[in-house]
Amino acid sequence: MTIQFNDETFRDDYTFRNSDWAIRRFPFPFHEDSYMYSVNMERHRGGPEGSVYAKRFDVDEHYISEMRDRALVLAEDPLRCQSLPHMTLAGWDLLELIMVNKSEDYPDLFELDRDGNKWRWINKPLSIDDSFIFMDEASLPYGPMEYITRQTQGDFAVLDQRENNLWMDAGMVTTQADWSLDFDIGMNFFEWHAPVPLAHEMGVFKRALKFLLNVQQGNPARRLNWTMTVNPLLDTSPENYHKWGVQKTTLTPENLGRKQHLRVELQTFYRLPRSNALVFPIRCYLIALEDLVTIPKWGRRLHRVIRDLPVELATYKGFIDNRPLILDYLSQFDDGLPTSPGVWPDLDSEPPLRR
Amino acid sequence: MSTDLDRLHVVVTAKVKLNDLVTRFEFVHAGGKPLPPFSGGAHALVEMRDGDVTRLNPYSLMSDPLDPSHYAISVRRDDAGRGGSVFLHDKVQVGDRLNLGYPVNLFALDLTARKHLMIAGGIGITPFVAQIKQLQSTGGAFELHYAARTQALATYADALRAAHPARVNLYLDDQNQQIPLERLLSGQPPGTHVYVCGPRGMIDWVLTTAHALGWPPEAVHFEEFLAPQPGMPFTVELAQTGKTICVGEHESLLEAMEREGVDAPYLCRGGACGQCETRVLAHDGTFHHHDHWLEEHDRNGRKIMPCVSRFEGTRLVLDR
Amino acid sequence: MSTFQFPPSIASRPTYGTLGPRAGAAQIMLADAEGAEALLAVAKTDPELMRRAHVIYIPKHTGAQFIDQLRAANPAILHVAPSYAACTQRLHRVFSAAPMGAQLYLAGTEGLIGQAMALALQIGIPKSAIQTEHRGSVARRVQCVHCKGITEDVMIDPFQCSHCGLNLFVRDHYSRRLAAFQGVCIDAEDPGNVPPSVELYS
Ligand code: HEM
Repeated sequence: MTIQFNDETFRDDYTFRNSDWAIRRFPFPFHEDSYMYSVNMERHRGGPEGSVYAKRFDVDEHYISEMRDRALVLAEDPLRCQSLPHMTLAGWDLLELIMVNKSEDYPDLFELDRDGNKWRWINKPLSIDDSFIFMDEASLPYGPMEYITRQTQGDFAVLDQRENNLWMDAGMVTTQADWSLDFDIGMNFFEWHAPVPLAHEMGVFKRALKFLLNVQQGNPARRLNWTMTVNPLLDTSPENYHKWGVQKTTLTPENLGRKQHLRVELQTFYRLPRSNALVFPIRCYLIALEDLVTIPKWGRRLHRVIRDLPVELATYKGFIDNRPLILDYLSQFDDGLPTSPGVWPDLDSEPPLRR
Repeated sequence: MSTDLDRLHVVVTAKVKLNDLVTRFEFVHAGGKPLPPFSGGAHALVEMRDGDVTRLNPYSLMSDPLDPSHYAISVRRDDAGRGGSVFLHDKVQVGDRLNLGYPVNLFALDLTARKHLMIAGGIGITPFVAQIKQLQSTGGAFELHYAARTQALATYADALRAAHPARVNLYLDDQNQQIPLERLLSGQPPGTHVYVCGPRGMIDWVLTTAHALGWPPEAVHFEEFLAPQPGMPFTVELAQTGKTICVGEHESLLEAMEREGVDAPYLCRGGACGQCETRVLAHDGTFHHHDHWLEEHDRNGRKIMPCVSRFEGTRLVLDR
Repeated sequence: MSTFQFPPSIASRPTYGTLGPRAGAAQIMLADAEGAEALLAVAKTDPELMRRAHVIYIPKHTGAQFIDQLRAANPAILHVAPSYAACTQRLHRVFSAAPMGAQLYLAGTEGLIGQAMALALQIGIPKSAIQTEHRGSVARRVQCVHCKGITEDVMIDPFQCSHCGLNLFVRDHYSRRLAAFQGVCIDAEDPGNVPPSVELYS
């Protein structure tokens, strides 16, 4: 299908909306009625047609507006995109990965012509048509990582691999769940994960790192993470927390369904060939609770997950104060019926809500 | 790595005898497509169908990592080995089709280094050939010290010296020349990383000397060319699958498990990556560990790396 | 005694050890205030090593108290600097000339250790060639995540950012590159509601 791109905002008047198409393909992250941290990784090798897993870099109706929001963030704070000097090669690897995959997966939107080092990149939605020399930084308006990630939805952390660890040595981070690239750049896997509760003790990070160090070329992996955000605000950065934090206190029973969003990150892992680095795209999807509960299974399940989530996790994810309000709202959509296993909506087989 | 999607289908386009021991093989993509680029120091597994035996041996890629038109490997003939190198030398010809694994790098350059000090012994030169090409394109300071038995066996020495006269130093055993290691490791500027690839004795020499001179481990990198060694046949019981299998003289434990349809994870097949690590449940006999992976306390009958290690004794039970 | 037992914390928060003599191609030592005691302890264990050392010392509030003792330990070079800022160019020069195999000893406050460590790593001295020992004040260097300004010698939590004036709580999350802990606005969700400050570790 051709994508109808929305003209919408993720700040101020918050005109962001999901179409019915976007609601149905939302990457609902809970495969059962409860949630706890785990080493939840699987191969990233497609998924059902139309789902967010089908393509390697999913493009959806929010593409153009998200890129506009990213440009605004960067104009305000260029430190959201940084690359330590040894990461330039990885930047070219990433540029190639995205250009090749997007032009293969969306030939009507993106075109890549390669003649040796002479490359031409056409991005129709953003009206870009650039010719440049691969591996020659002077031939692009930005460094390779910044150039391509200004045109690709989701945040990107680029990890150098050395000393049996991963080091966050470059990134483009403007749609993050409250962490700072500028602060974390240069850290290793355990250091940047330091603030996460419980998972270290559970051994999750040790096992996850071992897995990641062995992610190989041609064999990417993926996982989901999630949190809750009031208003469809992409840039929930610590940098601006003193500005957006107060929005968390604006929820009322009347506006909650519209304002409270479930925020899901589709995280993928690719080995980069020339640099031996690993890239970690973090793609953020937002959905208002009132849209989410139109899928009866998801409404039932989200209520149970939020209700039973350990206090440590609700605190870390920043919605412990709002949890009672959220539960009041969600409980209307949980009739106690069992839910089918797995993440899919199962609209045909799951019963409608019994009032 | 176990499905067809993980394989690169290639055609042999050149077979060049470089000296009495070493032959270079070049490959292009069988479908005429570019091959994936790689990073200097990476190896690829070469799949060899030798009668009813299938071997997967790792060889360092030594072509230009940034040039996707072809790959090259250099193979040293090992008549005492299990036959992988002999098979390539004697049986594989230009025009043959082979399957390769995707490139995997367990001997990567540390790109934060200010300078790369490379020490090669014999066929251990191959990963450095690719790394030097990478540094040439991306701009990085390096210095190579290369020891070989004779001038004739100093594979690629002439080409390297011609391209980098000031950076390549050759030492020949038959001329009684030795790498002045202690001097080299004293007085290197901060941010220098040292890399060694060659026979076990050379690696140990570099590691010990560097340690004694105060070099911290994160600045010292090594890769030993491990090919599974032949050995006495032995029998293994696999507890999970309930199979009892015999490991022949010329196959590895991993290969024997694969022959019997036991799904075992692997990556490097050279004792370095840790993927195939397997728990020992019971044993009565002696282990012949050849890997670089296990901790000392695991070697005592707790774990084994089936890709390179063997066993001699009356009973061995593994958790597979 | 100038030592302090830091409570267990998260993985990014630095931990400190006890300096010990290590064989190496060069011996470089840097301390501030009570950190001198840690260097003197090394000198006591291995007087020979001290005689080959280049020592840079910033007395801070301790005045002349440790200078004579350091001099008596007979280091190859003893440089006394009035502040960290005053000696950074010298440190840059000394670190850059340190061959691989050199050993670096850092002792004193977290701010000094952190800044010198960041400089050394940036120049290419490997992490495990650097030993650290905390002595003296437990004050922290804190970066305001909002305005990016760094406030030195923070002793209370919350505190007011010396650059933008926001009230910040002090996290244990630590950046080695910035040599700073992270400070985050404490009253973002309830502007004006700032709890009274308490002394760190009280
Ligand atoms: C190498 C790629 C990865 C990067 C760059 C990355 C980055 C991050 C960052 C920056 C945070 C926020 C920490 C903070 O509070 O400041 C985080 C949280 C977290 N990460 Fe990762 N991560 C990676 C891989 C993984 C993997 C493979 C796992 C697998 C278990 C994982 C599990 C988690 C968990 C459980 C959290 C807490 C999230 C929450 O509760 O909302 N991460 N990650």
